[in-house]
Amino acid sequence: MARFTGENLTCIRGERCVFTGLDFAIQPGGALKLVGPNGSGKSSLLRLMAGLIPPASGSLAWDDGAVSEDPEEHNGRLHYVGHLDAVKTVLTVAENVRFWAGLRPGADTARSAVVAALGVFGIAHLVDVPGRFLSAGQRRRVNLTRIVSAPAELWLLDEPTTALDAAATAGLEQTMARHRAGGGMVVVSTHTEVGLDGAEVLDLSDFAENVHDEADSMAVGL
Amino acid sequence: MFDRFANPARFMRFSKIVLPWLAGITIICIAVGLYLGLFTAPADYQQGESVRIMYVHVPSAWMALFCYTNMAIAAGIGLIWKHPLADLAAKSSAPAGACFTFLALLTGSLWGKPMWGAWWVWDARLTSMLVLFFLYLGYIALNNAFDDPTRGSKASSVLVLVGFVNVPIIKFSVDWWNTLHQPASVFKAAGPAVDTSMLIPLMLMAVGFTTYFLWIVMLRMRGEIIGGKIRAIRLRQVHG
Amino acid sequence: MTRFMHIVRRDLYLALRQGMDSAMVVMFFVLAVVLFPFGVGPEANILARIASGVIWVAALLASMLSLERLFQTDFEDGSLELLSLAPMTLEVIVLAKVTTHWLTTGLPLIAAAPLLAVLMNMNIDGFGTLILALAIGTPTLSLLGSVGAALILGSRRGGVLLSLLILPLYIPLLIFGVSAVDSAISGFAVRPQLMIMGGFLVATLPLCPWAASAALRQALE
Repeated sequence: MARFTGENLTCIRGERCVFTGLDFAIQPGGALKLVGPNGSGKSSLLRLMAGLIPPASGSLAWDDGAVSEDPEEHNGRLHYVGHLDAVKTVLTVAENVRFWAGLRPGADTARSAVVAALGVFGIAHLVDVPGRFLSAGQRRRVNLTRIVSAPAELWLLDEPTTALDAAATAGLEQTMARHRAGGGMVVVSTHTEVGLDGAEVLDLSDFAENVHDEADSMAVGL
Repeated sequence: MFDRFANPARFMRFSKIVLPWLAGITIICIAVGLYLGLFTAPADYQQGESVRIMYVHVPSAWMALFCYTNMAIAAGIGLIWKHPLADLAAKSSAPAGACFTFLALLTGSLWGKPMWGAWWVWDARLTSMLVLFFLYLGYIALNNAFDDPTRGSKASSVLVLVGFVNVPIIKFSVDWWNTLHQPASVFKAAGPAVDTSMLIPLMLMAVGFTTYFLWIVMLRMRGEIIGGKIRAIRLRQVHG
Repeated sequence: MTRFMHIVRRDLYLALRQGMDSAMVVMFFVLAVVLFPFGVGPEANILARIASGVIWVAALLASMLSLERLFQTDFEDGSLELLSLAPMTLEVIVLAKVTTHWLTTGLPLIAAAPLLAVLMNMNIDGFGTLILALAIGTPTLSLLGSVGAALILGSRRGGVLLSLLILPLYIPLLIFGVSAVDSAISGFAVRPQLMIMGGFLVATLPLCPWAASAALRQALE
């Protein structure tokens, strides 16, 4: 039985139907790779999985319980990495990571733990540097450190390799593999190649709305 | 009940039938009401001919409150049941409501001049009306402040509900403030003891204003629906 | 509760590091009041007559000045998104932000008010009530303001729009706040006004975070 599933999902952004009739299922230790051209709804699907946008139709389920029944509990079991890195310019790297970790149960916010987590992405030396001095790649790595510094079963990563160099990308791949080995789940949207062994691939362009149906229903209204 | 009107296509058909009737009732009621009010009804023994302003002022003030209540109900339906037409109804009511409020303010000011010798007195009812006018303006401004029209209508729905809760509080505090500073009211004359010859034109005007409001709101909703379709076609050209 | 304090502490820390915000609000408050003697003339009795009203109006405007940034910076750098995904209700997060806003804006305004009352030649009998009324009123200003600040996220012309949305809602508070001070000066009871203002605070405390959260969820969609 799958741990996290979505059934017959439709997403409407603004006034446009982005995708419709989309199903997915992820097992513990599984991974899902979202591909598709720009505007096909990869980011929207990730935000929908995180509960940031409600689906226009369809439902999400966790162990057969509807996610919408307890959104807070759902928040507690996921990490989301979006386009923005949420790094405060006046706080140091350690303060940034600690703040986010401290909002979650079971996080170790001791300095040594933060340094160790930063070490995963090779930025342990930046621990006391204020956010405003960081490059885009470094900010992205701080954001990724946030997800390893507090446990959560489901990782939702939107283009996580943006601005990352080869070494950091490799670090991320290893981290995801370790997360899955421990029973965690990963959903990644990507344009580039990200090593994700045995990941299912979901092509969003398969779920675009059928344009002709819509044109017919519009003619009735006018 | 809402499902019957949930479909924009059904609304378009329904409104097409209803619109001419609304227009007809509006024109007849306002024409007869104005004639009776301006020529047949008696002048007030104290206020003279200027009392006739009442036939526009009082229905306008009623409509100002009625529109806001309508918007709040529509916004609530839109937020809770995610009903797209309800959002459109709230959005389309706002300019009409703002105009009624402005009309109430304008006629109130015209009425105040012969009575009090000033274009504006900080009378409790006029002041509450002024605040209501600002609430309308805030709603319209917020509705138009976003690139995405759905976001604008949702945000302004929250605003109109917050405002609706506040209207009685504002009314209460303005009344309190007014009794402290200035006890008399211009509009005491238009109390409940109104003669039938005055009541009939007043009621006709109220009915006419209400049907006018429904007429305009339906027209605007039709415009919004068609506008939405044009946007959808444009979007499809962009996204293929 | 610990997470509530966690957010308040971080926001206070951010406010201190980014400096100046509170100081500028107080400077605006003082400057706005100081303009009045130039406008209406320096006669002591006229200033005393309008003192309570002028101080309250200036306090409303000053409190609104920093509201625009209540959620804006967190919205722009993605922090708001992550905060809303924290395993806690969004209402508590809003309440934490409002608390910080009051600590960095309302509290300094209360501290500066007696000085301005002296400059405006206000009767000494009103001082205590002015501070008490501001202490009850300014949290309500922050609470009402949080709804407006959440509604304007992502809009064009946020700041001006915010004042259009929020100022009409501030009117009841202004009326009772000024009335309380005037009653104290004339030797009447101030209890009714303060009780009503307390009622506003009790009513806005649960309702405003709720409405602001609804607005934030829309902004994050």
